[in-house]
Amino acid sequence: MIWDWHFAGKILPDLLRGLVVTIEATLLGYVVALILGLVWAILRRSPSRIVNQTVRWVVEFIRSTPLLVQLFFLFFALPSTGLQFSALVTGIIGLGLHYSSYTSEVYRAGIADVPVGQWEAATALNLPRRRVWFGVVLPQAVRKVIPTLANYLIAMFKDSPLLLAITVPEMLHSAYDVGARSLRFLEPMTIVGVLFVIVSVLSSLLLRRLEFRYGNN
Amino acid sequence: MSDVLSSYPLLLRGAWVTIQLTLYGSALALVLAFVFGLVGLARSAWLRAFGRIYVEFFRGTATLVLMYWFFYALPLVGARFTPMFAAVLALGLNVGAYGAEVVRGAVKAVPKEQYEATVALNMRPAQRLRRVLLPQAIALMLPPFGNLLIELMKGSAVVSLISIADLMLRAQQLRQSTGQTTSVFLVILVMYFVIAQVLQLLVRYLERRADIMLGRRPGREARSPLETLGAAK
Repeated sequence: MIWDWHFAGKILPDLLRGLVVTIEATLLGYVVALILGLVWAILRRSPSRIVNQTVRWVVEFIRSTPLLVQLFFLFFALPSTGLQFSALVTGIIGLGLHYSSYTSEVYRAGIADVPVGQWEAATALNLPRRRVWFGVVLPQAVRKVIPTLANYLIAMFKDSPLLLAITVPEMLHSAYDVGARSLRFLEPMTIVGVLFVIVSVLSSLLLRRLEFRYGNN
Repeated sequence: MSDVLSSYPLLLRGAWVTIQLTLYGSALALVLAFVFGLVGLARSAWLRAFGRIYVEFFRGTATLVLMYWFFYALPLVGARFTPMFAAVLALGLNVGAYGAEVVRGAVKAVPKEQYEATVALNMRPAQRLRRVLLPQAIALMLPPFGNLLIELMKGSAVVSLISIADLMLRAQQLRQSTGQTTSVFLVILVMYFVIAQVLQLLVRYLERRADIMLGRRPGREARSPLETLGAAK
Protein backbone atom coordinates (compact mmCIF):
# COMPACT_ATOMS: atom_id res chain seq x y z
CA MET A 1 0.00 0.00 0.00
CA ILE A 2 1.36 3.39 -0.89
CA TRP A 3 0.56 6.90 0.19
CA ASP A 4 -2.57 8.29 -1.48
CA TRP A 5 -2.63 12.09 -1.63
CA HIS A 6 -6.19 12.24 -2.85
CA PHE A 7 -7.42 10.21 0.11
CA ALA A 8 -5.29 12.29 2.46
CA GLY A 9 -6.89 15.48 1.18
CA LYS A 10 -10.36 14.03 1.52
CA ILE A 11 -9.98 13.10 5.19
CA LEU A 12 -8.19 16.28 6.24
CA PRO A 13 -11.37 18.25 7.13
CA ASP A 14 -12.48 15.42 9.46
CA LEU A 15 -9.13 15.43 11.19
CA LEU A 16 -9.07 19.20 11.51
CA ARG A 17 -12.47 19.07 13.20
CA GLY A 18 -10.88 16.63 15.62
CA LEU A 19 -8.00 19.05 16.12
CA VAL A 20 -10.47 21.76 17.14
CA VAL A 21 -11.91 19.46 19.84
CA THR A 22 -8.38 18.58 20.95
CA ILE A 23 -7.43 22.23 21.31
CA GLU A 24 -10.70 23.07 23.03
CA ALA A 25 -10.21 20.31 25.59
CA THR A 26 -6.58 21.31 26.14
CA LEU A 27 -7.29 25.00 26.70
CA LEU A 28 -10.26 24.48 29.02
CA GLY A 29 -8.40 21.77 30.91
CA TYR A 30 -5.47 24.14 31.25
CA VAL A 31 -7.70 26.77 32.87
CA VAL A 32 -8.88 24.14 35.37
CA ALA A 33 -5.26 23.11 36.02
CA LEU A 34 -4.12 26.69 36.57
CA ILE A 35 -6.88 27.48 39.08
CA LEU A 36 -6.84 24.15 40.92
CA GLY A 37 -3.04 24.11 41.07
CA LEU A 38 -3.08 27.51 42.73
CA VAL A 39 -5.63 26.28 45.28
CA TRP A 40 -3.40 23.26 46.09
CA ALA A 41 -0.32 25.48 46.39
CA ILE A 42 -2.01 27.91 48.77
CA LEU A 43 -3.51 25.10 50.88
CA ARG A 44 -0.07 23.55 51.18
CA ARG A 45 1.10 26.69 52.95
CA SER A 46 -1.72 26.38 55.44
CA PRO A 47 -0.48 26.41 59.06
CA SER A 48 -2.68 23.42 59.90
CA ARG A 49 -0.67 20.22 59.62
CA ILE A 50 -3.73 18.18 58.79
CA VAL A 51 -4.63 20.38 55.85
CA ASN A 52 -1.17 20.71 54.36
CA GLN A 53 -0.22 17.05 54.76
CA THR A 54 -3.54 15.88 53.31
CA VAL A 55 -3.15 18.15 50.31
CA ARG A 56 0.45 17.02 49.90
CA TRP A 57 -0.49 13.35 49.67
CA VAL A 58 -3.54 13.95 47.52
CA VAL A 59 -1.40 15.87 45.03
CA GLU A 60 1.31 13.21 45.17
CA PHE A 61 -1.30 10.54 44.50
CA ILE A 62 -2.78 12.36 41.52
CA ARG A 63 0.69 13.00 40.13
CA SER A 64 1.95 9.44 40.35
CA THR A 65 -1.02 7.63 38.87
CA PRO A 66 -1.75 7.45 35.13
CA LEU A 67 -4.03 10.00 33.54
CA LEU A 68 -5.77 7.28 31.55
CA VAL A 69 -6.83 5.45 34.70
CA GLN A 70 -8.03 8.68 36.25
CA LEU A 71 -10.07 9.46 33.15
CA PHE A 72 -11.75 6.06 33.27
CA PHE A 73 -12.36 6.47 36.96
CA LEU A 74 -14.07 9.83 36.42
CA PHE A 75 -15.93 8.58 33.38
CA PHE A 76 -17.40 5.53 35.08
CA ALA A 77 -17.47 6.50 38.74
CA LEU A 78 -18.84 10.04 38.59
CA PRO A 79 -22.21 9.02 37.14
CA SER A 80 -22.71 6.59 40.03
CA THR A 81 -22.48 9.49 42.46
CA GLY A 82 -25.22 11.25 40.55
CA LEU A 83 -23.02 13.72 38.66
CA GLN A 84 -23.67 13.30 34.97
CA PHE A 85 -21.26 15.01 32.59
CA SER A 86 -20.65 14.65 28.89
CA ALA A 87 -17.50 12.80 27.85
CA LEU A 88 -15.80 16.04 26.83
CA VAL A 89 -16.50 17.73 30.18
CA THR A 90 -15.26 14.64 32.04
CA GLY A 91 -12.13 14.74 29.91
CA ILE A 92 -11.57 18.40 30.66
CA ILE A 93 -11.99 17.79 34.40
CA GLY A 94 -9.63 14.81 34.22
CA LEU A 95 -6.93 16.66 32.30
CA GLY A 96 -7.27 19.68 34.56
CA LEU A 97 -7.16 17.64 37.74
CA HIS A 98 -4.14 15.64 36.61
CA TYR A 99 -2.16 18.66 35.52
CA SER A 100 -3.14 20.66 38.61
CA SER A 101 -0.76 18.38 40.49
CA TYR A 102 2.07 19.58 38.26
CA THR A 103 1.12 23.26 38.27
CA SER A 104 0.79 23.23 42.05
CA GLU A 105 4.47 22.24 42.29
CA VAL A 106 5.35 25.07 39.92
CA TYR A 107 3.40 27.61 41.95
CA ARG A 108 4.95 26.23 45.12
CA ALA A 109 8.43 26.83 43.78
CA GLY A 110 7.43 30.34 42.73
CA ILE A 111 5.96 31.11 46.15
CA ALA A 112 9.02 29.73 47.94
CA ASP A 113 11.12 32.04 45.78
CA VAL A 114 9.41 35.22 47.06
CA PRO A 115 11.86 36.83 49.52
CA VAL A 116 10.97 36.46 53.21
CA GLY A 117 11.19 40.23 53.50
CA GLN A 118 8.03 40.54 51.44
CA TRP A 119 6.12 38.37 53.89
CA GLU A 120 7.57 40.28 56.83
CA ALA A 121 6.69 43.61 55.26
CA ALA A 122 3.14 42.41 54.69
CA THR A 123 2.92 41.37 58.34
CA ALA A 124 4.42 44.68 59.48
CA LEU A 125 1.85 46.57 57.44
CA ASN A 126 -0.84 44.46 59.08
CA LEU A 127 -2.32 43.47 55.73
CA PRO A 128 -5.24 41.06 55.82
CA ARG A 129 -4.37 37.52 54.66
CA ARG A 130 -6.25 37.86 51.43
CA ARG A 131 -4.24 40.94 50.44
CA VAL A 132 -0.98 39.33 51.48
CA TRP A 133 -1.64 36.55 48.97
CA PHE A 134 -3.30 38.39 46.13
CA GLY A 135 -1.64 41.78 46.50
CA VAL A 136 1.91 40.87 47.46
CA VAL A 137 2.98 37.25 47.14
CA LEU A 138 1.19 35.85 44.09
CA PRO A 139 1.89 38.72 41.68
CA GLN A 140 5.61 38.17 42.27
CA ALA A 141 5.47 34.40 42.44
CA VAL A 142 3.34 33.82 39.34
CA ARG A 143 5.27 36.19 37.10
CA LYS A 144 8.44 34.19 37.61
CA VAL A 145 6.91 30.84 36.77
CA ILE A 146 4.94 31.80 33.65
CA PRO A 147 7.36 30.05 31.24
CA THR A 148 7.31 26.86 33.31
CA LEU A 149 3.53 26.93 33.49
CA ALA A 150 3.33 27.36 29.74
CA ASN A 151 5.45 24.22 29.33
CA TYR A 152 2.64 22.23 30.84
CA LEU A 153 0.21 23.55 28.25
CA ILE A 154 2.25 21.75 25.60
CA ALA A 155 2.55 18.64 27.74
CA MET A 156 -1.20 18.66 28.18
CA PHE A 157 -1.82 19.06 24.50
CA LYS A 158 0.15 15.89 23.93
CA ASP A 159 -1.80 14.00 26.57
CA SER A 160 -5.14 14.99 25.08
CA PRO A 161 -5.32 11.99 22.68
CA LEU A 162 -6.02 9.89 25.77
CA LEU A 163 -9.50 11.39 25.73
CA LEU A 164 -10.33 9.06 22.86
CA ALA A 165 -10.50 6.26 25.42
CA ILE A 166 -13.55 7.90 26.98
CA THR A 167 -15.13 8.49 23.55
CA VAL A 168 -14.32 12.19 23.14
CA PRO A 169 -14.24 12.86 19.37
CA GLU A 170 -10.74 14.39 19.38
CA MET A 171 -8.18 14.16 16.60
CA LEU A 172 -6.80 10.66 17.12
CA HIS A 173 -10.34 9.39 17.58
CA SER A 174 -11.41 10.82 14.24
CA ALA A 175 -8.30 9.36 12.61
CA TYR A 176 -9.13 5.97 14.03
CA ASP A 177 -12.72 6.30 12.82
CA VAL A 178 -11.63 7.22 9.33
CA GLY A 179 -9.17 4.33 9.35
CA ALA A 180 -11.75 1.84 10.55
CA ARG A 181 -14.25 2.92 7.91
CA SER A 182 -11.88 2.91 4.95
CA LEU A 183 -9.39 0.32 6.25
CA ARG A 184 -6.62 2.77 5.44
CA PHE A 185 -4.73 3.68 8.58
CA LEU A 186 -1.50 4.95 7.08
CA GLU A 187 -2.74 8.37 5.93
CA PRO A 188 -4.91 9.37 8.91
CA MET A 189 -2.37 8.25 11.52
CA THR A 190 0.51 9.94 9.75
CA ILE A 191 -1.42 13.18 9.29
CA VAL A 192 -2.36 13.20 12.96
CA GLY A 193 1.27 12.70 13.94
CA VAL A 194 2.37 15.52 11.67
CA LEU A 195 -0.36 17.85 12.96
CA PHE A 196 0.71 17.12 16.51
CA VAL A 197 4.32 17.94 15.74
CA ILE A 198 3.33 21.14 13.92
CA VAL A 199 1.18 22.44 16.77
CA SER A 200 3.75 21.42 19.40
CA VAL A 201 6.67 22.99 17.60
CA LEU A 202 4.72 26.19 16.91
CA SER A 203 3.72 26.45 20.54
CA SER A 204 7.24 25.79 21.74
CA LEU A 205 8.43 28.65 19.52
CA LEU A 206 5.81 30.87 21.16
CA LEU A 207 7.03 29.60 24.50
CA ARG A 208 10.57 30.65 23.78
CA ARG A 209 9.28 34.20 23.27
CA LEU A 210 7.49 34.00 26.60
CA GLU A 211 10.69 32.85 28.27
CA PHE A 212 12.57 35.70 26.66
CA ARG A 213 10.03 38.16 27.96
CA TYR A 214 9.60 36.92 31.54
CA GLY A 215 12.72 34.92 32.12
CA ASN A 216 15.50 36.85 33.77
CA ASN A 217 16.39 33.84 35.87
CA MET B 1 -14.92 -4.70 46.84
CA SER B 2 -14.24 -8.29 47.95
CA ASP B 3 -14.88 -9.56 44.41
CA VAL B 4 -12.20 -7.24 43.21
CA LEU B 5 -9.74 -8.14 45.93
CA SER B 6 -10.26 -11.87 45.47
CA SER B 7 -9.22 -11.63 41.82
CA TYR B 8 -5.85 -10.21 42.78
CA PRO B 9 -3.81 -12.72 40.69
CA LEU B 10 -5.22 -11.12 37.55
CA LEU B 11 -4.26 -7.65 38.75
CA LEU B 12 -0.81 -8.81 39.81
CA ARG B 13 -0.22 -10.30 36.36
CA GLY B 14 -1.23 -6.95 34.89
CA ALA B 15 1.07 -5.11 37.26
CA TRP B 16 3.95 -7.34 36.20
CA VAL B 17 3.35 -6.41 32.54
CA THR B 18 3.30 -2.74 33.53
CA ILE B 19 6.61 -3.15 35.36
CA GLN B 20 8.15 -4.99 32.40
CA LEU B 21 7.05 -2.23 30.03
CA THR B 22 8.56 0.32 32.38
CA LEU B 23 11.86 -1.53 32.55
CA TYR B 24 12.22 -2.17 28.80
CA GLY B 25 10.98 1.28 27.90
CA SER B 26 13.34 3.01 30.30
CA ALA B 27 16.29 0.89 29.14
CA LEU B 28 15.65 1.97 25.55
CA ALA B 29 15.04 5.56 26.65
CA LEU B 30 18.29 5.61 28.63
CA VAL B 31 20.35 4.46 25.65
CA LEU B 32 18.66 6.94 23.31
CA ALA B 33 19.04 9.73 25.87
CA PHE B 34 22.80 9.23 26.11
CA VAL B 35 23.32 8.78 22.38
CA PHE B 36 21.29 11.82 21.36
CA GLY B 37 22.30 13.88 24.37
CA LEU B 38 25.97 13.45 23.47
CA VAL B 39 25.22 13.98 19.77
CA GLY B 40 23.63 17.27 20.82
CA LEU B 41 26.97 18.28 22.33
CA ALA B 42 29.04 17.31 19.29
CA ARG B 43 31.24 19.84 17.60
CA SER B 44 29.89 19.10 14.14
CA ALA B 45 26.83 21.22 13.34
CA TRP B 46 25.38 18.41 11.21
CA LEU B 47 25.43 15.98 14.10
CA ARG B 48 23.89 18.57 16.39
CA ALA B 49 21.13 19.28 13.89
CA PHE B 50 20.43 15.55 13.65
CA GLY B 51 20.09 15.38 17.43
CA ARG B 52 17.79 18.42 17.48
CA ILE B 53 15.49 16.86 14.90
CA TYR B 54 15.16 13.69 16.94
CA VAL B 55 14.45 15.62 20.12
CA GLU B 56 11.97 18.06 18.61
CA PHE B 57 10.13 15.38 16.69
CA PHE B 58 9.69 12.88 19.48
CA ARG B 59 9.05 15.47 22.16
CA GLY B 60 6.42 16.93 19.87
CA THR B 61 4.35 13.81 19.26
CA ALA B 62 2.12 12.16 21.78
CA THR B 63 3.12 8.65 22.85
CA LEU B 64 -0.31 7.34 22.01
CA VAL B 65 -0.22 8.78 18.50
CA LEU B 66 3.20 7.22 17.99
CA MET B 67 1.98 3.91 19.30
CA TYR B 68 -1.09 3.92 17.03
CA TRP B 69 1.14 4.82 14.14
CA PHE B 70 3.50 1.91 14.78
CA PHE B 71 0.65 -0.46 15.43
CA TYR B 72 -1.93 0.50 12.79
CA ALA B 73 -0.11 2.43 10.07
CA LEU B 74 3.31 0.82 9.68
CA PRO B 75 2.05 -2.74 9.09
CA LEU B 76 0.41 -1.42 5.94
CA VAL B 77 3.80 -0.52 4.51
CA GLY B 78 5.24 -3.86 5.52
CA ALA B 79 6.74 -3.20 8.95
CA ARG B 80 4.88 -5.43 11.37
CA PHE B 81 5.44 -5.14 15.11
CA THR B 82 4.11 -7.13 18.01
CA PRO B 83 2.04 -4.89 20.30
CA MET B 84 4.67 -5.15 23.03
CA PHE B 85 7.44 -4.07 20.68
CA ALA B 86 5.40 -1.16 19.33
CA ALA B 87 4.64 -0.05 22.88
CA VAL B 88 8.22 -0.24 24.13
CA LEU B 89 9.45 1.54 21.00
CA ALA B 90 6.92 4.37 21.35
CA LEU B 91 7.54 4.82 25.08
CA GLY B 92 11.32 4.62 24.70
CA LEU B 93 11.52 7.01 21.74
CA ASN B 94 9.28 9.53 23.46
CA VAL B 95 10.93 9.51 26.87
CA GLY B 96 14.38 9.20 25.27
CA ALA B 97 13.84 12.59 23.63
CA TYR B 98 13.19 14.21 26.99
CA GLY B 99 16.13 12.31 28.45
CA ALA B 100 18.45 13.54 25.69
CA GLU B 101 17.73 17.11 26.76
CA VAL B 102 18.48 16.15 30.36
CA VAL B 103 21.81 14.57 29.39
CA ARG B 104 22.79 17.56 27.26
CA GLY B 105 21.87 20.01 30.01
CA ALA B 106 23.67 18.05 32.71
CA VAL B 107 26.93 17.70 30.79
CA LYS B 108 26.81 21.41 30.00
CA ALA B 109 26.22 22.19 33.67
CA VAL B 110 29.48 20.58 34.80
CA PRO B 111 31.80 23.52 35.70
CA LYS B 112 33.91 24.66 32.79
CA GLU B 113 37.12 24.40 34.82
CA GLN B 114 36.66 20.64 34.96
CA TYR B 115 36.65 20.48 31.18
CA GLU B 116 39.65 22.79 30.93
CA ALA B 117 41.53 20.65 33.40
CA THR B 118 40.96 17.54 31.28
CA VAL B 119 42.33 19.39 28.26
CA ALA B 120 45.32 20.54 30.29
CA LEU B 121 45.94 16.93 31.35
CA ASN B 122 45.94 15.95 27.69
CA MET B 123 43.07 13.49 27.99
CA ARG B 124 41.43 12.07 24.90
CA PRO B 125 37.79 13.17 24.29
CA ALA B 126 36.48 9.75 25.32
CA GLN B 127 38.52 9.86 28.51
CA ARG B 128 37.30 13.36 29.33
CA LEU B 129 33.72 12.17 29.16
CA ARG B 130 34.17 8.86 30.90
CA ARG B 131 36.45 9.86 33.76
CA VAL B 132 35.55 13.46 34.50
CA LEU B 133 32.46 14.91 32.85
CA LEU B 134 29.97 12.04 32.95
CA PRO B 135 30.46 11.00 36.59
CA GLN B 136 29.65 14.54 37.66
CA ALA B 137 26.90 14.97 35.11
CA ILE B 138 25.17 11.75 36.11
CA ALA B 139 24.64 13.09 39.62
CA LEU B 140 22.82 16.04 38.05
CA MET B 141 20.81 13.80 35.72
CA LEU B 142 19.40 11.49 38.37
CA PRO B 143 16.61 13.69 39.79
CA PRO B 144 15.12 14.56 36.37
CA PHE B 145 15.60 10.95 35.26
CA GLY B 146 13.58 9.90 38.29
CA ASN B 147 10.72 12.13 37.16
CA LEU B 148 10.94 10.76 33.64
CA LEU B 149 10.89 7.18 34.93
CA ILE B 150 7.60 7.85 36.71
CA GLU B 151 6.26 9.60 33.62
CA LEU B 152 7.14 6.52 31.59
CA MET B 153 5.48 4.20 34.07
CA LYS B 154 2.32 6.30 33.97
CA GLY B 155 2.52 6.59 30.20
CA SER B 156 2.60 2.81 29.94
CA ALA B 157 -1.10 2.71 30.89
CA VAL B 158 -1.97 3.76 27.34
CA VAL B 159 -0.67 0.45 25.96
CA SER B 160 -3.97 -1.08 27.03
CA LEU B 161 -5.44 0.78 24.07
CA ILE B 162 -3.40 -1.38 21.68
CA SER B 163 -4.54 -4.51 23.51
CA ILE B 164 -1.57 -5.27 25.76
CA ALA B 165 -2.70 -6.93 28.97
CA ASP B 166 -1.17 -4.47 31.41
CA LEU B 167 -2.68 -3.39 34.71
CA MET B 168 -5.08 -1.01 32.99
CA LEU B 169 -6.45 -3.66 30.60
CA ARG B 170 -6.85 -6.17 33.44
CA ALA B 171 -8.85 -3.55 35.30
CA GLN B 172 -11.09 -3.14 32.28
CA GLN B 173 -11.66 -6.88 32.11
CA LEU B 174 -12.40 -7.01 35.80
CA ARG B 175 -14.79 -4.11 35.49
CA GLN B 176 -16.72 -5.96 32.82
CA SER B 177 -16.86 -9.21 34.76
CA THR B 178 -17.71 -7.82 38.21
CA GLY B 179 -19.43 -4.58 37.31
CA GLN B 180 -17.77 -2.86 40.27
CA THR B 181 -16.31 0.06 38.45
CA THR B 182 -15.41 2.34 41.31
CA SER B 183 -13.60 -0.21 43.44
CA VAL B 184 -11.70 -1.73 40.51
CA PHE B 185 -10.30 1.61 39.50
CA LEU B 186 -9.58 2.62 43.09
CA VAL B 187 -7.58 -0.57 43.59
CA ILE B 188 -5.47 -0.13 40.48
CA LEU B 189 -4.95 3.57 41.21
CA VAL B 190 -3.46 2.51 44.53
CA MET B 191 -1.35 -0.15 42.78
CA TYR B 192 0.04 2.41 40.34
CA PHE B 193 0.74 4.72 43.26
CA VAL B 194 2.67 2.01 45.07
CA ILE B 195 4.74 1.21 41.97
CA ALA B 196 5.54 4.91 41.58
CA GLN B 197 6.59 5.25 45.21
CA VAL B 198 8.89 2.22 44.94
CA LEU B 199 10.48 3.65 41.79
CA GLN B 200 10.96 6.94 43.60
CA LEU B 201 12.71 5.23 46.52
CA LEU B 202 14.99 3.49 44.05
CA VAL B 203 15.97 6.76 42.42
CA ARG B 204 16.56 8.41 45.81
CA TYR B 205 18.89 5.54 46.68
CA LEU B 206 20.82 6.00 43.42
CA GLU B 207 21.04 9.74 44.08
CA ARG B 208 22.56 9.06 47.49
CA ARG B 209 25.03 6.62 45.99
CA ALA B 210 26.07 9.12 43.33
CA ASP B 211 26.61 11.84 45.94
CA ILE B 212 28.72 9.54 48.07
CA MET B 213 30.73 8.48 45.01
CA LEU B 214 31.52 12.12 44.30
CA GLY B 215 32.29 12.79 47.97
CA ARG B 216 29.45 15.31 48.26
CA ARG B 217 27.81 13.54 51.13
CA PRO B 218 29.77 11.73 53.81
CA GLY B 219 29.31 7.98 53.45
CA ARG B 220 29.86 5.61 56.31
CA GLU B 221 33.21 4.47 54.96
CA ALA B 222 34.36 8.01 54.23
CA ARG B 223 34.58 8.98 57.86
CA SER B 224 38.06 8.65 59.29
CA PRO B 225 38.64 6.85 62.62
CA LEU B 226 39.90 10.08 64.20
CA GLU B 227 36.61 11.84 63.46
CA THR B 228 34.65 8.95 64.94
CA LEU B 229 36.77 9.24 68.10
CA GLY B 230 36.12 12.94 68.22
CA ALA B 231 32.41 12.37 67.94
CA ALA B 232 32.52 9.84 70.78
CA LYS B 233 34.04 12.31 73.22
